[in-house]
Amino acid sequence: MTTTHQLSAEQITLAYGDRIVVESLDLAIAPGKITVIVGANGCGKSTLLRALARLIPPRDGRVMLDGQSLQHQPSREVARTLGLLPQRPVAPEGIAVADLVGRGRHPHQRMLARWSARDYEAVADALAATGISDLEDRSVDELSGGQQQRVWIAMALAQETDILLLDEPTTFLDVAHQIEVLDLLTDLNRKRGTTIVMVLHDLNLAARYADELVAVLDGRIRAIGGPDEVITEALVKEVFGLDNRVIADPLSGKPLVLPSGRHHVL
Amino acid sequence: MSAATLIAGRTARLRQRALLTGGLAAAVLVVFVVSLMVGQTFYGLDKVVRVILGETVPGASFTVGELRLPRASLGLVTGICFGIAGVTFQTMLRNPLASPDIIGISSGASAAAVIGIVVFKLSETAVSFVALIAALVTAATIYLLANRRGFAGTRLILIGIGVAAMLDSVVTYVLSRAASWDLQMAMQWLTGSLNGATWSSVAPVAIACAVLVPVLLLNERHLSVLRFGDDSAAALGVHVQRTRILLIVAAVALLAFATAAAGPIAFVAFMAGPIAARIVGPGASLAIPSGLIGALLVLVADLAGQFLFENRYPVGVITGVLGAPYLVYLLIRSNRSGGSI
Repeated sequence: MTTTHQLSAEQITLAYGDRIVVESLDLAIAPGKITVIVGANGCGKSTLLRALARLIPPRDGRVMLDGQSLQHQPSREVARTLGLLPQRPVAPEGIAVADLVGRGRHPHQRMLARWSARDYEAVADALAATGISDLEDRSVDELSGGQQQRVWIAMALAQETDILLLDEPTTFLDVAHQIEVLDLLTDLNRKRGTTIVMVLHDLNLAARYADELVAVLDGRIRAIGGPDEVITEALVKEVFGLDNRVIADPLSGKPLVLPSGRHHVL
Repeated sequence: MSAATLIAGRTARLRQRALLTGGLAAAVLVVFVVSLMVGQTFYGLDKVVRVILGETVPGASFTVGELRLPRASLGLVTGICFGIAGVTFQTMLRNPLASPDIIGISSGASAAAVIGIVVFKLSETAVSFVALIAALVTAATIYLLANRRGFAGTRLILIGIGVAAMLDSVVTYVLSRAASWDLQMAMQWLTGSLNGATWSSVAPVAIACAVLVPVLLLNERHLSVLRFGDDSAAALGVHVQRTRILLIVAAVALLAFATAAAGPIAFVAFMAGPIAARIVGPGASLAIPSGLIGALLVLVADLAGQFLFENRYPVGVITGVLGAPYLVYLLIRSNRSGGSI
């Protein structure tokens, strides 16, 4: 993984039927960085991520990968550069961990070809990186939620893409497992140089783990930049409609948002 | 952990599946040969083999060569067709209820066939052709109805069950107005039967098998990824829509050819996949094991229907008796666990 790939959206408009969700949006993903997309429910952040993963074709404009429109590149080749962990993937009942992770090799394999030595190595690396090597022959549906999420991430790792998109990878996980997943993704970014783009709900985790934050409001990018620039009291109020205070996180030095509701506030 | 451990684990799993699949194939062969041997006159293995090799054996050449062999061959190929078509649907839609005989595709073939026989007095060949077209049209209709505002497997199943109920009532209505001499032939289209099997009825199904089964096997790789959900499959480089349509057309055509030759042998498509999953393990590729289970079900049920009871029953009655309780069991179970194949 020496090359860095460029992923960007140029003036894209995204819609479900007649309902326009994202309009004329420009976004260049910083190569080799962790980009986190935040915003209120229904603001279009997941839709934007799905468009970047080419799951929905833009109504207007285009998503570019290395200077070429994503829609015009062969699926298999895109799948070797661009990986995606959707919000709720489905594990077939009874499938073994190694077999599921092995499906990540799909875009690298030819019809009827057996697994190559490279395939086995990639799967073994992915299992090791996610710390689930000892679960290799266990059935996925017997595992806990945190372990299952690691299995899915391992599948995305086995795909060996330079860019990895994740839609809310920490949903349904307790706080310890959330941190574990985000640390794992940071390792991946630092060690392999993988470009990571993810949607996160938790603003404070987003501020801590992002190199670049993208705040989406009503289908447009309201602010983009480092967490220090983006997370301000005024912006959080505008994007989430929430009164708040922003202080420096004593652990990370990054901004920490303290929501201010109607109750229990001095 | 190293790649070596992985290779060992995966090789062991693959070997075990290959052994179990080989066992199934052996069982199919045994039942096939037994069904050539038994009947009103028993012929020993040596005579049966000689007939198959083309020698003339007095008595056996006609009974085995002209009656039992076409019948058993039809059972074999239709069983394979039903099994593979069923498991393809069930895997793609991630639901054991999604088999084509539950979601109305077989009912489409039956309704067209019964109308063809009773109303238009069509010949046998024409009826088969009409049934084939009707199965494809029914599948396309259900797919298009389910595909509005994005594809959803559950919606397809529910729409399919509704379509099946409508078509079944059409069949009942037409039969109630049928002349009694048409009833005999029309009944075959309700339960499925191997009676009157000839080489000319086996040939189209065998050809369909030879063409379509490889198509499905070549796409099984994509099918196994489609099970993770459309988004994951697309992210892994699969053309979701294109692959799904290809799989549906191939599976429906298999089912339609088999139905045209033997009628909709009840519940074989529905039962074969889950039984195969139980035997070879659910994470495995299921097309070949399901085809073998389908063949086994049809052949054993036909033997039972012919010789186990005082009266002779068509094969579909036996599989229907087996399948109905299984459907109820599956509904109860899926209520609890959301079940998948």
